[in-house]
Parts: sequence; C-alpha cells; structure tokens
Amino acid sequence: MNSKENEPKKLTYLNAGHTVKSWLLSVDHKRVGILYLAAMTVFFLIGGVAAGLFRLELATANPDVLDNDTYNKLFTMHGIIMVFFFLIPAVPGVLGNFLVPLMIGAKDVAFPRLNLASWYIYMTGGMCTLAAILLGGVDTGWTFYTPYSSVYADTHVILAGTGVFITGFSSILTGLNFIVTIHKMRAPGMRWLRLPLFIWAQYATSIINVLGTPVLAITLLLVVFERAFGFGIFDPQRGGDPVLYQHLFWFYSHPAVYIMILPGFGVISEVIACFTRKRIYGYEFVAFSSLAIAAIGFFVWGHHMFTSSQSEYAALIFSVLTYLVGIPTAIKIFNWTATLYKGSVELTAPMLYALGFIGLFMIGGLTGIFLATMSINVHLHDTYFVVAHFHYVMVGGMMMAWLSGMHFWWPKMFGKMYNEFWARVGAVIIFFGFNFTFFPQFIAGYMGMPRRYHVYDIAYQPFQMLSTVGAFFMGIGLLISFVTLMSSLLKKENCGRNPWKATGLEWNKADSPPDPHNYPEPVVVDVEAYDYTDERIYQDA
Amino acid sequence: MSNTSSTSTEHKPYQQHHFDSMHQQTQSTLLGIWLFMAQEILFFGGLFTAYTVYRILYPTAWHLGAASQNLWLGTLNTVVLIGSSVTIVMAVHAARHNQRMQVMKWFALTLILGSVFFGVKAMEYGTKWDHHMVPGLRWDDGHALHTIREHAHSDTEITELPPGIQLYYSLYFVMTGMHALHMVIGFGLAIWIMIKNARGCFNAEYYPHVEYFGLYWHFVDIVWIFLFPLLYLV
Repeated sequence: MNSKENEPKKLTYLNAGHTVKSWLLSVDHKRVGILYLAAMTVFFLIGGVAAGLFRLELATANPDVLDNDTYNKLFTMHGIIMVFFFLIPAVPGVLGNFLVPLMIGAKDVAFPRLNLASWYIYMTGGMCTLAAILLGGVDTGWTFYTPYSSVYADTHVILAGTGVFITGFSSILTGLNFIVTIHKMRAPGMRWLRLPLFIWAQYATSIINVLGTPVLAITLLLVVFERAFGFGIFDPQRGGDPVLYQHLFWFYSHPAVYIMILPGFGVISEVIACFTRKRIYGYEFVAFSSLAIAAIGFFVWGHHMFTSSQSEYAALIFSVLTYLVGIPTAIKIFNWTATLYKGSVELTAPMLYALGFIGLFMIGGLTGIFLATMSINVHLHDTYFVVAHFHYVMVGGMMMAWLSGMHFWWPKMFGKMYNEFWARVGAVIIFFGFNFTFFPQFIAGYMGMPRRYHVYDIAYQPFQMLSTVGAFFMGIGLLISFVTLMSSLLKKENCGRNPWKATGLEWNKADSPPDPHNYPEPVVVDVEAYDYTDERIYQDA
Repeated sequence: MSNTSSTSTEHKPYQQHHFDSMHQQTQSTLLGIWLFMAQEILFFGGLFTAYTVYRILYPTAWHLGAASQNLWLGTLNTVVLIGSSVTIVMAVHAARHNQRMQVMKWFALTLILGSVFFGVKAMEYGTKWDHHMVPGLRWDDGHALHTIREHAHSDTEITELPPGIQLYYSLYFVMTGMHALHMVIGFGLAIWIMIKNARGCFNAEYYPHVEYFGLYWHFVDIVWIFLFPLLYLV
C-alpha cells in the first residue's frame, strides 16, 4: 500500500488498450482468458436457462409447460452447451490461459497468436451451435448417438455437430499450446517438482485434449457425412454398426470428463494449500495422480456400453479399469483432507467452494464406482442415478472448482476484492441448492426413473419437485455470486499484489492486475511449491 | 517493454518477444509441431479403427472392393507422392544453405507433383461416379455388381454384392478425402511459405516454416503409404 496513492496510473493488461479492437486482436494470454470468460458466461447462461425450463416442466408428472419436442431439444441444448462450451473449456480457457504463463514465470504462452486463434475457433463453433439452436434445435441428446442423429432426427444435427467439431480444434490447440508452454517456457529454477499443482493438472488435461479430441472430431465428421451424403458408416441397413459410433464417441468423451475435472483438481489444490497455510500433503502423489488419471482414463470408455451388445469379457476389463481410475482420484481426496489436518483453515469463499467440492466430488466419484460394477449398472443404466452421478461430478465437482478458482484469482485478474460476506452466502446457497437438486435424483433413479423422460410415473413426483426447487435455489446462489464478483469491479481501491498471502509467482512477482508483460522484473524461482514458511509472501508489495 | 535479456543472447529480429532465446523459440515450435502430428495420428486413428472393425466383419467386401480399384493409378500416385517427399527434402536442404531460388524451385516441383496426385485421384473418383459406386450420392447395385465382377480375379461367378460393400467405398472416400483435404491445406501452406521465401524472410539460420512444412508433408505422405495397401492391395 506504500506508493499507490501518489502514482498516477499503473500500466496493466486491462488498461493497456481500451478499444474493442485492442481486445479482439490481443494476443496477450491474460486478455484471451478474459475473452473466454466473457463468452463462457453467456454460454453458461444459455445452458442454465435451458435447464431451468425443463426442470420447471419436470416438477410435475404430466406435461404442462413444454411439449415433447421442445423438452427433447432443451435437454439436448443444455447438454451440448454445458459440456462442449462451458465444462470442457472453462478452467483451461479462462484460468489456464490467465495463469499457466503467470505461474511458471513466462511472458506468454508459447504460441500467443495460435492462442487467440483458438478463441476464434471456439467462438465459430459456438456460433454454429447457437445457429442450430435458433433454427429449431437438435433433439438427439448431447451424445449424438446414431441412429438418433442419422436416421431418426429431422433437426439441425449437421450444424450442431459441425459446431462441436470446430470447437474441438480450439481444445486441441489450447492443449498443444499449454504442453509446449509448460515444457519450454518455465522460468529459471522452476523445476518440474516445483510447479504448482494447477500446472500439473493443466498438463495432464492438455495431453487428453491433444490425444482424445481428434477422435471425437473424426467421429462427428462421419456423422455429418452420414447425414449430408448418406455415406452410411454407422447405418445397420448397409452393414454399419451404431455401437461403433458409441465406442468412438466415448473414446473421447470419457477422457473428456477428465478434461473437465482435472483442471478443477488443480484449482482445489491451490485453494486448499493457501487456506490451510500448508504444503499439499504428498505433493508428488497429487501431481502424478493427475497423469495417472489421464493415462488410465483413455482405457475405460467401454463402461458406457455395458448394456449395448458389448462382449461381457470386454465389459469385465473395462469395469476393472474403471475401478483403477478410482485409485489416483482417491489419492487426491485423501491428500487434500490430510492437508486440512492441523492446518490453519480459513473459511473464505474459495475455501467453502473447495470443501464443498471435496464432499460432492466424492459422492460423484463413489457412485461412479457403483456404476462401473456391471451387475448394478444393468439396473441403473440410463436412469436418474446416472444423471445424478455425473452432475455430482460435473456440477458438484467441476462447477464448484470453477467458482472456487474464479473467486480465488478474481483479485489477481481484476485487482479488486469482492465482498467476502456475500460471496460466502452465494457459496452456501449453491451448495445446498445443488444437493437439493441432485440428491433426490439418486433415489428416483434407484427406484427406476429413466432419464430423458418428459412424462413420468407419479411416484417420482416428490423427488422431481424437490429437484426443481433445489435448482431454483442454485440459480439464486449463482446470481448472488455473479453480482458479488461483478460489483467488486466498481470499487476504487486496489487489493494489492497478494491479498491471500499465497505462494506462487502469480501472487508474489506479478501485480494485481498484472502488467502486459506479466512481471515487472525477471523471475527466478528459488523456493519449493507451497512453501508457506517463506516469509517473503507475508510482505505486502 | 524492457528487454533485459543477458548479454550472451542477442535479440534477433525474428525472435518473438516472449521467448528468452532463439533456442527456446525453436525448441518450442518443434515440440508444437510434433504434438500437432500426434493429434493428426489420432484423427486418422478413428478412421483406421472403423476400417479395422468393418474389415473383420466383411472380409469379402474388402477383398472385392480392393480388387475393383485401379492398381496402376494407385501405384502411380504412391510413386508421385514419394517423389514429392524427396523434392521437399531438397527444399529444406536448399533453405539450410540459403539458396532462395532453389527453395522456390523445389517447392514448385512439390506442388506440381501434388497436382499430378490430385489429377489422378480425380480420375479415380470420376470413374467411381460413372460406375455408380459412390454410396449415398450415386449408388446402383446393378452397376456396382457389374464393375466388381469385371475386376474380380476369381473363378467362381459373383452373383450378388457382398454385404458391407458400401462401407468399403464409404471409408475409401472418407479416408482418401481426408488425406486429400490435408494435401489441400498443404498447398495453401506451401504457397504462403513461397511468398515468405520470395520476400526474403528466411536465411541459413532461420527457416523453420520450410522445415516444419517438410515434416507436415512427410506426415501426409505417410498417411497415404498406409492408405494405399489398406485400400488397394488387401
């Protein structure tokens, strides 16, 4: 707080240019991150409104708000937008872009222009998909299963599929960029085992992005060709096999759930270390468990096809491999909780989200083990149990981690501290709203309620009603968090370099918000990660 | 920006500001290119998977489908493409020795060979179109049976189309089409690099575009080296 009063105005990446062009053509990784943030907020809103609408419909067993077609289109739109345009790019696109160079001591990502191009590719894909929705929507479900998507759909599958195909290249290129950046751009002294765990998580994610996404790309392209030209590669009438589509699709899309959750793990590691003032227990194990998840994650896709004519021996192997993923995941959970032990825990808003994450993700993960058990899977396949399971992972896990990270690094991104009280209120409401929304779905699913049904048996109505009310509260919580964060931008005073007194280059060597070239002076790393005994972090710059 | 790089590394005009040294820049780009190749392999990998599954399911269709291809044209194209790999190696060699005109010449030759490949490919596609052997767009069982019967080197008379024959042709078009698409992209890149070369952007120390284009072009060739036996010779 020493010299801020008399200095006129510091040059930061935010005020380095004020025109729209200076944003849209910026190759600064921090600005690209903000571009993602802006776009993603809109996509999240669209996906959320879709969910709100069909949740309203599902409150009662009979159709009253939506007709069948609209209902199908809404849940498809919700899935496509949330998965491909929010969950997959959220942490890498916004936090990854902003933080990867800042955390390793680089001036930018390795390929800044490619990075900006990735955002444009993402937007092009997004616009295609939005166009498909505006023209009347898609009703295949987010998985584009053939023959729903080839023979039986008369909706805009080609356009939506093309949108997802295009967006895939944005993930591939972002992943490529991060891998090269992490390999080649680290500051002197930033050895691999000094990297923040967020970087390890981004690295593991990027590997999946680069190796998994192209398979989805070619698969969707085959579906597009099938529809556009009638090539019939998945058409049983010509000898094609629709299950082959499922194999190819899940070869990407199962690893894709690790694309969604691994960056979230990275965020949680940072937040927990900071608000327990301790080094993450078993740092190396947490780091390498990310890589293990990425590696094993490539060999579990078959558990989506236990009931779709897959050989039972193959299913057995996929089942065992799926259990194996539980091991590195459990390592992380145990190590985070071990970090909490005897730490000086501070219940700030990011920490509340992080603790919520641990609990919710654990439920999501353990129910995943239920589902990987073949005999149970046959009973629960395509029920609300599955819906609840993956929402515990994707929303309870990933969205909580995303919000945790957004709160944690918000002061670094914008130089303004949000109102802590309202941020906590938001976090708590979201946590309870989430549980009210999705816990009843476990029970409904276990009782036999199938997913994707518009009209259902009256016996499930109480659960569905609870779910709808919970979703409403979750919406309120999100709104509170959004307003809390946004209103902080109106504040005058700067939060200082390191408001959390956290370790890491981004907090200790860069200003808030950072200047266009990240660090005022060259960076050399001489400490291990999460060294909370280092006194330098407690001096305010 | 304040350039505080150490005295040992002078800042070359083609060094981008966010790199500390030319070495770092070169190493980064090289790694990036290899990662790009890795994702390309996975991209084609999806097609090769589909190919493998259906070949196991429909061996007869694959056998007769491959027999119906024009082996001479396929072989010619393989030779042409390998030739273009040689010319691009020469281009890289010329760039390393700072011979700007030679780079131009070898790039032009590569494009000519690539065009020959496209010409031959167009003939092959055209024949299939004439014979009503394009699934979905122009397919006729009678015509297809006739063509396949003509080409089959079998003693027993073929009376009906083998199951899965359309899948063979669908995959033939998708796989060769995706390969051709990569060549079209290669053409665009080559022209861009030729323009840069004409402007004198490269020298003996700095010619990454040429070198990495070489890698890309080899990759596209290698894909064809796999496609040719799988689609023509099986």
